[in-house]
Amino acid sequence: MDLFAAIGMPEVPLFPDQASAHAGRVDRLFFFILAVTGGMGASVGLLLAVFAFRYRRRTAADRTPRITGFPLLEWGWTLGPILPFAVMFAWGLAVYRDNYAPPPDAYEVFVVGKQWMWKVQHPGGQREINELHLPAGRPVKVTLISEDVIHDFGTPAFRKKVDVLPGRYVTVWYEPTAPGRYRLFCNQYCGTGHADMVGAIVVQRPDEHSKWLRDHAEGSAALEGRKLFLKLQCVSCHRTDGDAKAPVLEGLYGRRVLLRDGSTTEADAAYIRDSILYPAKQVAAPWEPVMPTFQGQVSEEEVLLLVAYVRSLGRGDLPRPNNDTPPPIGAPTELPNAGGAKK
Amino acid sequence: MSTDLEVFPPLRPAPPSEPQAAPPLPGAAVAPSYLTEPHGWASWLFTTDHKRIAILYMVTVTLFFFVGGAAATVIRLNLIAPQGSLVSAELYNKLFTAHGIVMVWFFLIPVIPTVLGNFVLPMMIGAKDLAFPRLNLLSWYVFTAGAVITLTAVLFGGVDSGWTFYPPFSTRSSYTYVVPAAVGIIVTGFSTIMTGLNFVITVHTLRAPGMTWGRLPIFVWSNYATSLIMLLATPVLAAVLALIAVERLAGIGIFDPSLGGDPILFQHLFWFYSHPAVYIMILPGMGVVTELVTCFSRKTLFGYKFVAAASICIAGFGFLVWGHHMFVAGQSLLASIAFSALSYLVAIPSAIKVFNWTATMFRGSIAFEAPMLYAVGFILLFTIGGMSGLFLAALAVDQHVHDTYFIIAHFHFIMVGGMVSAYFGGLHYWWPKMTGRLYSRPWSRLAALLIFAGFFLTFLPQFVLGYLGMPRRYHHYPPEFQVLNVLSSAGASILAVGYVLPFFYLFHSLRWGKPAGPNPWQATGLEWQTASPPPKHNFEQTPVITRGPYEYATGGTDHAR
Repeated sequence: MDLFAAIGMPEVPLFPDQASAHAGRVDRLFFFILAVTGGMGASVGLLLAVFAFRYRRRTAADRTPRITGFPLLEWGWTLGPILPFAVMFAWGLAVYRDNYAPPPDAYEVFVVGKQWMWKVQHPGGQREINELHLPAGRPVKVTLISEDVIHDFGTPAFRKKVDVLPGRYVTVWYEPTAPGRYRLFCNQYCGTGHADMVGAIVVQRPDEHSKWLRDHAEGSAALEGRKLFLKLQCVSCHRTDGDAKAPVLEGLYGRRVLLRDGSTTEADAAYIRDSILYPAKQVAAPWEPVMPTFQGQVSEEEVLLLVAYVRSLGRGDLPRPNNDTPPPIGAPTELPNAGGAKK
Repeated sequence: MSTDLEVFPPLRPAPPSEPQAAPPLPGAAVAPSYLTEPHGWASWLFTTDHKRIAILYMVTVTLFFFVGGAAATVIRLNLIAPQGSLVSAELYNKLFTAHGIVMVWFFLIPVIPTVLGNFVLPMMIGAKDLAFPRLNLLSWYVFTAGAVITLTAVLFGGVDSGWTFYPPFSTRSSYTYVVPAAVGIIVTGFSTIMTGLNFVITVHTLRAPGMTWGRLPIFVWSNYATSLIMLLATPVLAAVLALIAVERLAGIGIFDPSLGGDPILFQHLFWFYSHPAVYIMILPGMGVVTELVTCFSRKTLFGYKFVAAASICIAGFGFLVWGHHMFVAGQSLLASIAFSALSYLVAIPSAIKVFNWTATMFRGSIAFEAPMLYAVGFILLFTIGGMSGLFLAALAVDQHVHDTYFIIAHFHFIMVGGMVSAYFGGLHYWWPKMTGRLYSRPWSRLAALLIFAGFFLTFLPQFVLGYLGMPRRYHHYPPEFQVLNVLSSAGASILAVGYVLPFFYLFHSLRWGKPAGPNPWQATGLEWQTASPPPKHNFEQTPVITRGPYEYATGGTDHAR
C-alpha cells in the first residue's frame, strides 16, 4: 500500500487482519476457491476474447458451420465441476464445523445486544460496552442474546459472525492469537443506529489481560446475581428446608433434569433463562407449576447474572430465607406461590 | 445522433436454405401495424393486444427503474464520505429499502417477462396473442395498482425495514409504513401469478403447427421455467407478508419471540420465495442472451437440449437452496450442510449455459452490434457473479462475508451485470421489431461499453470491501474503507450515464430513426418473419414450422447429431 502513501493518501488495507488460527484456515479456503474460480473464469474470458477476435465478422460472405453440439463435451462440463465443487463444500464444512465444538476449558463471556450497543459481562463481574477484552492464546466462548431485534456479532479479524437473536442464547468461540485492536460490527440491520453498533475486540497478552481484569473488577457476576436473587425473593420457594415449593438449585447447573412430561433436559443457561422468563415451558418433575414469570421484571443482562449465580451454587450455598423481614423494595408484591396447592 | 444503425459488414441476404414457412413479406398489402390501429388513449388503456400491453409495461417499469436508480444514486453519493454526511441515517435506511423494494419487485422480476416476453413470446411460437389476453391486461392494472400502493408508502412515507422485512425489527421496532408497502407487494404478486399462468398455458396450447417442444427458442423455454417458479413461489411471499401485517396490526405473536413467535420461521418462509425469485429474475435474461449470441454469431445454438434442460433444472433446484441465506442465522448444522451442498448443485446448470454460449461463438461470424456487446457483457459479469456464489456456498467463507459488501457485489453482478445487461441487450435487439425503427449504432455501442466499464468499477471494489468486513446497510463506516467506496461511487456515476444514454437515442429513433424493415439482424426467429412493427395479429397467416430455432449456419461441415 506504499503506492497510496506515496501520493499522500491514507493507508488502504486490501486484506483483513488475521487474529485467530481460524482466520488463517478460512483464508486458505478462500484462496483455493479464488484459484479455481479464477482459473475457470479466466478460461471463459480468454475463450470469449479469442473467439471474439478470431471469428469477428469480416465479410458478408462469411460461412459458418452448423454445429449443434458435442455430447462428450457437454457431459464433460456438466460432470467436470462436481469434483472441485465437492472439495469446496467439504473443505468449507470442515473449517465451519469447529464452530460447534468450543473447547470445554474456554474462558466464558456473555454479551447482550440491544439497539444500539453491545453490553459485555465477564464472569469476574467486569462489564464493558462496545468493547471486548480477550486474552491471546486462550480459547474464549461468547454466549449472546438480544434484548430487542436481531443483531449480528461480526468479528472480521476472527472470520466469524453470528446472528444474535432475541429470546435465545447463541454461542460463538474464538482462539485469538495476535494481540491488537480489531473491529467489531453489527452485521444484521437493526434500525436507525445500525452503523453505530460497532466497537472493538481488544486482544491482549495474557498478563495484560489479567491486569485489565483486576483493574475492572466490580464483584463477580455470581455475586451480583446473588443480590438479585435475594431482592426478587426467589429464595422463598427455592429453599433447602421442608417448605420448598421449587427445585433445589444447589449443584443443579449442568445436570440433567427430569421434567413433568417425562422428558429430560440439560440444566444449561438456556434452561435456566427459560425457567425464569417462561416458567411454564419446562417444569421440573415432582414440582407444581407455581412459578410466576419474571418477564418484564428482569432484563437480559440481569438474567445472565442470575444464571451466573445458579451456576456458582454448590451444596450449602443457598441462603436461608428469613420470613420475619419484609421483602425488599422491588420484589414481587405477592409471594410467587400462584398454585398454592401444597400450602 | 449521427449514424443510424447499419450492420457492418452488411449481412448477406437471407441464407439460401429456405426460411421459415410462408411469412408474408412487407410491402404487400398488409394489415396496419399494432402501433397505429386502433387510435387514441382508450385504445391503449383497454387493449388486449400483447404487444401494446408490453409497451404499457415498458413505460411503467422504466419509470420504476429510474426511481430505484435515483435511490441508488443518493446511496452512493452518501457513501463517498465515511461520515455519511449527505443524508441522515433514517433517510439512508429508507433509501436502501426503497431501492431494494422497487428494483426487485417493480423492475427485475417483471421486466423481461412482461416487456420482452409479452411482446415476442407469442410471436416466437407463431401465436396471435397470449392464451388469455384480457387476463394479460388485468395483470398490468393489478401490477400498476400494487406499484402505486407500495411506491406511495416507500416514497412519501418511507419504510426502513429493508426489502427483506426481517422481524422482529419490521413488526415491533420499525415506526414506518411497513404494512402499506407489504400490501402493495402482495397485490403485485397477483399480477406475477397471472403472467406466469398466461405464459405456461400459452406455451402449452398456442404453439403453431410444427412448433414442437424441441423447436422452441430458448427464450421461450426460460420464460416457461420462470413462469413455473412464479406460480409456485409467489403465494408463499403473499402469506409471509400477510403474517407480518397480522403481527404488526393485531400483535399476534408469529415471529416476535417476546410474543411467543420465532423470527427464524420468517426467514425460512421469506427465502423459500425469495431465493427462487432470484431465478425468476435471471432465467429470462439467460433466454435473451441465447437469442443474441446465436443471431450475432450466425451459429446454431451449441447444445440446445442441455441449455433448455438447464433452465428447468435451475427452476427446480432453485427451490431447494433457500437455507444458504441462513448459515449464520441460527439454523441447525444439518440444515446448513444440506443447503451448502445443494447450492453447489444449482451452480452446475448455470455453468452449462455459460459454456454453451461460449461454444456457440466458436467458428461464428461475430458482429459486435449493441445487443451482442450486452450479451458478451452478460456472459462475463454473470460468470463472475455466479462464481462469487461458490465462495458463499462454502460454509466457512460465508460465515465471514455474510451480510457484508461481498454479498452486495455478488448479487449485483448477477442482477445488474447479468439481468439488466440482458434486458438492455434484448431491448436493443427487439427495438426495431417493436418500433420499426433503427437507433444510432455508435451511441448504442458507446452506452453498452460505458455500462460495462461503469459496472466493473462500481462493484469490483465491493468484493474487497466485503472481505475486509464492511457490513451492508451502513450509513457511515470506518475511514479505512473510504478509498474503495469512492472508487465504487465513481463507477456508479459512469454507470448512471450509461443507463441514461439509451433513453435519449431510443427516443430519438422513434422519430428520426431509419425504418428497420422486417428483419434488420437477419435473424431466424419467427418474430422476424413479419413486418416491423407487426400487425395486430402478428402474422398474416399462421406459420408452419419445419426446423429448429437457430438455423443460422450458412455452410461448412455439419456436426449435428
